[in-house]
Amino acid sequence: MKRREADKQMHDNQPNDVAISCERLTKRFQERIAVNSLTLSVPKGSIYGFLGPNGSGKSTTIRMLCGLLTPTSGRGTVLGYDVMTQSEAIKQRIGYMSQKFSLYEDLSVDENLDFYAGVYQLGKAERIQRKRELIEMAGLTGREKQLAGSLSGGWKQRLALSCALLHRPELLILDEPTAGVDPVSRRIFWEVIHDLARQGMTILVTTHYMDEAQTCDWIGFIFFGNLLVQGSPSELIEHHGADNLEDVFIKLVKEEEARQAAGQKGGGGGTGDVLVPVKGEGR
Amino acid sequence: MSRFSPARYWSVVKKEIIQVKRDRPSLAIALAMPLMMLFLFGYAVNTDVSDIKTAVWDQSPSAYSRELVSQLENTRVFQVTAHAGSYREIEAMLDDGSASVALVIPPDYARKRDRGEMAEVQMLIDGSDPNIARTASSNAQLIVQNNAITIQEERMQKQGLGPMEPAVELDTRVLFNPNMESIVFNIPGLIGLIMQNVTMILTAFSLVREKERGTMEQLIVTPIRPLELLLGKITPYVFIGFFSFCLVLLLGTAWFGVPVKGSAALLVSLSVLFLVTTLTLGIFISTVARTQLQAMQIAFAFILPSVLLSGFMFPRETMPVVIQWLGGIVPLTYFLEILRGIFLKGVGLEALWKDMIGMVVFFLLMISVAILRFRKKIE
Repeated sequence: MKRREADKQMHDNQPNDVAISCERLTKRFQERIAVNSLTLSVPKGSIYGFLGPNGSGKSTTIRMLCGLLTPTSGRGTVLGYDVMTQSEAIKQRIGYMSQKFSLYEDLSVDENLDFYAGVYQLGKAERIQRKRELIEMAGLTGREKQLAGSLSGGWKQRLALSCALLHRPELLILDEPTAGVDPVSRRIFWEVIHDLARQGMTILVTTHYMDEAQTCDWIGFIFFGNLLVQGSPSELIEHHGADNLEDVFIKLVKEEEARQAAGQKGGGGGTGDVLVPVKGEGR
Repeated sequence: MSRFSPARYWSVVKKEIIQVKRDRPSLAIALAMPLMMLFLFGYAVNTDVSDIKTAVWDQSPSAYSRELVSQLENTRVFQVTAHAGSYREIEAMLDDGSASVALVIPPDYARKRDRGEMAEVQMLIDGSDPNIARTASSNAQLIVQNNAITIQEERMQKQGLGPMEPAVELDTRVLFNPNMESIVFNIPGLIGLIMQNVTMILTAFSLVREKERGTMEQLIVTPIRPLELLLGKITPYVFIGFFSFCLVLLLGTAWFGVPVKGSAALLVSLSVLFLVTTLTLGIFISTVARTQLQAMQIAFAFILPSVLLSGFMFPRETMPVVIQWLGGIVPLTYFLEILRGIFLKGVGLEALWKDMIGMVVFFLLMISVAILRFRKKIE
């Protein structure tokens, strides 16, 4: 009983303007630490860009937040729900899109949307309305009967996004949504993302493209499972005296690699070595 | 939040139906394979012994010896395929399998019969297949014994005595399958075995396929519950399995002429229960396997023991107790009892309720384990 009360209290104390908050979130796969004591918070209605080289722990973090993986230790709340114990409540309220196309290729655009509408328990009227809106948003009008497998990369991404948005999630989590997508589709995709943020949706997105990162409200940079810096793009550039984000990150990667090479102990501190205050306030 | 949602269940069912319809080759296999298997096995699985290849070495050609040989042939158990002239020839024939049995009639056979002395004939039997050997031996003994009694009676009549009265006589009556045809026993069992194999494989792939294609990742970030997903995946296959069961049932009764003595309604409803059970078993396999190949291997690892342990091939009563227990965890065991009971004996639920409960328990166990195994995680 006590435990539940404590949980409830924490839920109530949660500032209403925070969509995601983690405290010393850690994921260990046997001996390997994939995510090391990660602390971050994402304000509601903002676009948070999650950056880092391949294998740095981005996807693992995202999967913990979605309830796909159980954290080894630490705390995390998504939309006020505990990632350890309330993952099903989280799942009802978030939209998720993985880097690999994960809809049914042998189902048509329409059938994929119908399936997910059913899974999210949309009523008939709402389903028809949402489908019309999303097909229009994704520019898939006229392709409703086409099999998802026969769509090209950009269309597939936008269909996946549509399926993730059917139930009007409060938080949208995108894992490298634009990897391998042509520049035009990429541009369209990001226009949609910004549109959604303007409507009040919180968006957590991982990417390798610096031009995409530049347009995020907040950026977190993760390397070897540690969150190295966090802040708005302009703050980061200013603080490091760099010309652009790309330079900032190359500098950070080199510093971190040098530290790792110098003494294996160095990297263990995690957020202790943050170069910019983790709570980015001024916006 | 955590209640079973018919809407989510139903959307899984609809999705599966669309996918099955698009996957024509698999659907064709699911419907055609049972028919093909029943046809093949219906002829192959035949434990009736007849037309045993017999070599004869007649060293005393006479009316007596010809009479004996024709008596053997008349039973249809023996079929004379060769004549030999020496033990060496007989041995060679038994070695290379051109004969399974050899009848040796000694040179003095006719003379001894004429004189009324005791005549001896020899039968050499290839015992590598005990079933054939036993049938040959007992049939030959019976024929010769009958012969002896007839001769004895003739002699006694000549001496003016009445017919011989045996002191004890056994009157046997074979129930349920009076002609003791093995096909009548085997076809119901085959129907069960075939349905088990076909339906189990249908669902064994269903979850693994989603894992392999990556569609599972998207599915488990939705609020769908394991029970909704698993039941939704089983449901369309119940109908496919049932359709295919009806085909096999029709072929079994019409082509092989094995009648259903009991209630057809009971047969059909218990068969649906069995289908659900094996489909659940397939789903369970799907939660354990990581790839479709593994699912296939696990399914086959299950099929062979189920053939042997269920009593399909060999009677369970003669197995050691531990093996009988093992057979008890195979749902086919219960279904075979049900099939044979309804087909051959025409019994009702009053005789089969235990087997029905066995299947229900197995189903509940499997679906529970599958739900526990199927966590909405990707580790």
